[in-house]
Amino acid sequence: MTTVGLVAAVPPSVPLLKRLQRPRLLLALILLMWMPLTIHVMFGGLLSEPLRTGVLLPAIPAALLLYTVAVMSWQESPIAIVGVTLVFFWLVVAVSVPFLPLVDPNKPIAPFADIGALKNGHYFLLGADFKGRDMLSRMLWGCQRVLVWGVTATLVAYVVGSILGLLAGYLGGWWDQAISFLSNVLLSFPVMVLFILILNYLGPSGFNIVIAVTFASAPAIMRIVRGLTLDTKSRDYIFAAQTRGEHPLRIMIYELLPNARGPIIVDACLRLGYTTVAITTLTFLGLGLQPPDPDWGLMIKESTKVAMLFRFSYMLLIPALSVSSLILGFNLMADGLREMSLKD
Amino acid sequence: MLKLIGSRLLQMVLIMAVVSLVLFLIFDSDKFKKQIAVAELGGFAVSALSEVDYQAWLDKKGLNVPFYDRYLKWVGGVVTGDLGRSFEKNEPVGRLLVERLANTGIIAFWVFAVMIPLSLTLGVIAGMKEGAVRDRVVSFLAVFTTSLPEIATAIVLTVIFALGLRWVPANSAMVNGWDWRQIVLPVMTLVLYDFGYVARMTRASMAEVMTSQYIRTAVLKGLPHRRVILRHALRNALIAPFTIIVLQLNWLLSGVVVVEVFFQYAGFGKLLLDAALFGDIYVIQAATLVAVFVAVLSQIISDIGYTFLNPRIRFS
Repeated sequence: MTTVGLVAAVPPSVPLLKRLQRPRLLLALILLMWMPLTIHVMFGGLLSEPLRTGVLLPAIPAALLLYTVAVMSWQESPIAIVGVTLVFFWLVVAVSVPFLPLVDPNKPIAPFADIGALKNGHYFLLGADFKGRDMLSRMLWGCQRVLVWGVTATLVAYVVGSILGLLAGYLGGWWDQAISFLSNVLLSFPVMVLFILILNYLGPSGFNIVIAVTFASAPAIMRIVRGLTLDTKSRDYIFAAQTRGEHPLRIMIYELLPNARGPIIVDACLRLGYTTVAITTLTFLGLGLQPPDPDWGLMIKESTKVAMLFRFSYMLLIPALSVSSLILGFNLMADGLREMSLKD
Repeated sequence: MLKLIGSRLLQMVLIMAVVSLVLFLIFDSDKFKKQIAVAELGGFAVSALSEVDYQAWLDKKGLNVPFYDRYLKWVGGVVTGDLGRSFEKNEPVGRLLVERLANTGIIAFWVFAVMIPLSLTLGVIAGMKEGAVRDRVVSFLAVFTTSLPEIATAIVLTVIFALGLRWVPANSAMVNGWDWRQIVLPVMTLVLYDFGYVARMTRASMAEVMTSQYIRTAVLKGLPHRRVILRHALRNALIAPFTIIVLQLNWLLSGVVVVEVFFQYAGFGKLLLDAALFGDIYVIQAATLVAVFVAVLSQIISDIGYTFLNPRIRFS
């Protein structure tokens, strides 16, 4: 879907694509894809219509470019390429779905229309749900919220977990004792119990999912970062930095963190998968994202009451398989990255 | 060794005390008390509740005392075995909890009974020869099934076996008494989600053992392949999976919530979710403590078991 458009968009293609693999340009590209999507999903209600959709325009080429860069640099691992293809399929859908020729996902047309039925002047490629809303449209729109909230929640959990891990590992002593005890308390909860308690207290919404995921994931991340910090702390370059009289904060951020990034990136991919599962599951339990906008967990929740017949099982299967493909993508990506990092 | 167990148990008690205190503080807020009052007295919304009715209800339930008073009383009750009464079901929490835990215990028993032999066999078969076709098949299968979240597995299984083939019922509420066919799908869902992880860990452990010197020596001595695997390799390869299997107990308490809600099975997970949505504080309190207790206990058992099984690790 991508290469044809790309060759045209990127003139003498090889050098530019190589140049795009530099960290700074890559980060800019990721931001160019990510910021519009976040604004569209989180703050879309505040914007008026042409601006709300238009904000996504720069994100489409950015997503396609990122996909090509990823495929090019991960050529050695077929598993990672399959994973990244699955993930970027949903990412590209998320940024381009307002421009696709789809009907409004919240508009009731013909209840219980079968797959491939032509009813009320609309062709239902994947059928309609119990309210008559087009399943194809809902499936494609449904990826936006889970992607945005999932990545945001994982990111926040990582920031909090890394800071705590660096503090505990590098400073040691009382910092280590206090932070480790806190994380032990949180880690002794089964994750779902913790989610239910926190979301029940704060109320169901996307922002509160971010908080709940942070509470549940940050302790585990903290342990990983703490271990890596303890490992790198005794290296010569750290002593050199200490001798130069650098501030501990500077050492933690510029010396320790970059050298611990390998395992962190692999773990982040896995954790993205977990968070996606958590958001879908919580939404299914009625503690996550709220209707009417489409979301895979919500589609499952709404359909379990009415679709318990073989004929209507597509209402459950479509969102279930969509979310599984996204999670499989994250997991395969993590597997491929781990394989590659072991080779080096 | 005893010192280690003692300190871990002490830590567990400390954690449970902190957790129960925080939960009490949270559910003591007016917001939650009003929510329960409305649900019990039968009003339309929290805003429609009059202050007089609310105060009268608080008096009747004995909730208008400061929370530390109530907390101390609750702790005293727990020590003597009284966990309070459920607001929603008007039953003693202790009996409710035991009943639901027994139901979940049945599921957990079958999950472990199926998952342990399955994942260990697959893991050993895959790890015997790294990179072989059977290794790749098992590894892919493991990643694939683990990537399907429980809710998706539950849906796919329901559609195939309950709605399509009609071999088992889609609903596990057990309205007409106990029926073994109704726990087939919940157990299958949990096993499918979980065996992949244990199988991969077993595979990694087995693969590592197979490259070690003593296995090479055994092979070079001319021992039959079967004997090398069964007598020499397995003994060391199964140490790591043991700890992981015990830790799955912790995970099972999470997984069971989704599965029980989806299949309408009256177990521990559903009790916890219902209680949380209703604001049924004594039930949440007791259920959370049980969950934390099981989780920490499984961690302790796995630590001790690992030390016990692996002669190379000795705590001084």
